[in-house]
Amino acid sequence: MTASTAPAIETSGLVKVFGTTRAVDGIDLTVPEAAVYGILGPNGAGKTTFVRMLATLLRPDAGSATVFGRDIVGDASVVRTQVSLTGQYASIDEDLTGTENLVLLGRLLGHGKAAAKRRSGELLDAFGLTDAADRQVKNYSGGMRRRIDIAASIISTPRLLFLDEPTTGLDPRSRNQVWDIVRIVVAQGTTVLLTTQYLDEADHLASRIAVIDHGTVIAEGTPGELKSSVGAGSVHVRLRNGEQRAQAERVLAAELGTEVHFAADPVALTARIAGGESGHGAAEHASRALARLAQDGITVDDFSLGQPSLDEVFLALTDRKETRA
Amino acid sequence: MTSTSSAERAETDGYTPVADNLGAVLATGEPPRPPSAWSASVTFAWRAMLKIKHVPEQLFDVTAFPVIMTLMFTYLFGGALAGSPEEYLQYLLPGVLVMSVAMITMYTGVGLNADIQKGVFDRFRTLPIWRPSALVGAVIGDVCRYSLASVVIIVLGLALGYRPGGGLVGVLAGVGLLLVFSFAFSWIWTLLGLLLRSERSVMGVSAMVLFPLSFLSNVFVDPRTMPSWLQGFVDVNPIAHLVAAVRGALSGQWDGSATLWMFVSAGIILAIFGPLTMRMYNRK
Repeated sequence: MTASTAPAIETSGLVKVFGTTRAVDGIDLTVPEAAVYGILGPNGAGKTTFVRMLATLLRPDAGSATVFGRDIVGDASVVRTQVSLTGQYASIDEDLTGTENLVLLGRLLGHGKAAAKRRSGELLDAFGLTDAADRQVKNYSGGMRRRIDIAASIISTPRLLFLDEPTTGLDPRSRNQVWDIVRIVVAQGTTVLLTTQYLDEADHLASRIAVIDHGTVIAEGTPGELKSSVGAGSVHVRLRNGEQRAQAERVLAAELGTEVHFAADPVALTARIAGGESGHGAAEHASRALARLAQDGITVDDFSLGQPSLDEVFLALTDRKETRA
Repeated sequence: MTSTSSAERAETDGYTPVADNLGAVLATGEPPRPPSAWSASVTFAWRAMLKIKHVPEQLFDVTAFPVIMTLMFTYLFGGALAGSPEEYLQYLLPGVLVMSVAMITMYTGVGLNADIQKGVFDRFRTLPIWRPSALVGAVIGDVCRYSLASVVIIVLGLALGYRPGGGLVGVLAGVGLLLVFSFAFSWIWTLLGLLLRSERSVMGVSAMVLFPLSFLSNVFVDPRTMPSWLQGFVDVNPIAHLVAAVRGALSGQWDGSATLWMFVSAGIILAIFGPLTMRMYNRK
């Protein structure tokens, strides 16, 4: 099959306009197969619109996109055989029971009555929902709802799974469950396109991330690349002797050329590393600074190099854009 | 043993995804072939039936409403228009049957409007199925509701003294005609359900269309008693053709031209509103 060599998703100049709002304003993106690709952005950034176009729910106003090499407009019916969508709001019928939902969708995917029933049983069991099988979904907890929703998405294992903000509004425990499920699904070879407004979620799950704001991609890369692209982070140092802290501060300030903060811990200090464009630069700076400390007879018990959090990355990226605009 | 442990698990919801379990469930090889258009539509009709099972209150409109309509008009107009309610019922029943079911068709639009707002329709639209099947299935489900309303009215009519000259065959044929027409007629409301923003506005608009269509017809009185301009309207009113056709079937005196016109108007309505509905549905 030639389609298997194509990337999971490839978009070029994708645009969707609602009235006067350009919800998606020219997105070019390539999503490789069999990994989690994160779409990160604040509310209203255009994430959901982007996903809905790829899931063949919306027609793009301009540009084009393919899913496993198939055009999302011209070959929509083929694309639909390959994808599954778990929407931001439960894509499940709340009036029906868990079993009824899964049997309904199983039948619509072409399973016979008995096969749909068996599949529903297997999935409910694997997702720990057997006891809730005959309850209406509207009586499910938030975490159970997301689980049945994801279960519904993998009745026929899709090649590409869209998860639109799958953990919004979940408690930490349920969120971890969803993360575990995503990891397992990806390990089986499914590609997952995950939208999220939580940076740590993208950081935990995604192997590549596109940051979207106002309908355009403002940054793209691995979580590490994104972090190092906005500057380097910071070095945390713990001294053996707290009395040397003032001296250490002077050394670090001179070597790194940035402000140094005393931590709450009386033997610790933190210095920001002025960013070059690459993370390697940061490590170099930090090791040079540590060597100077040693030369000056300051004993360092422990140190760590902190990457900037994705939150910092995100704010830096959106700020940069704001000042440019 | 297993049941206790699973009950405990449910209580705390301490579900931990296990790679083996989930992995085993995932590895299922080739997906089955997508269902046929018909099979998908029937599955959606089954969904409509499940909804009735879980929310039986929604049968109120197909049971209580027809009863009220039949009783109200029989005893309100019977004495004045035909000398006695029993006499009038012979004329009125087919009309009130059509009117009640025609009015109930508007709930198709209202129901669809509420249904389509839900996230589950996003999922339906990403399935590799014949696109209209979700709507066709919903309407088929509603046709079942219309049959229930028809049964309620006819049984009540029989109890009140209505005697169909066409016998069982006539009754079945009459209800059959009514269901065919209602299936087509429902697509007007599915379009409205997709066009209008709220259930309330769907209700409002459909009532505005349905009241004149059902009252300015041969449901209650012989149109020959009306002024000629109004007769002109009744002559082209599809509900009037339907009433004449159903009345003919029930009484055993077939009205061939009315039946033909009924099929023609049902065909025209379906040909216009079916594709328009699908256009709106695909754009939502």
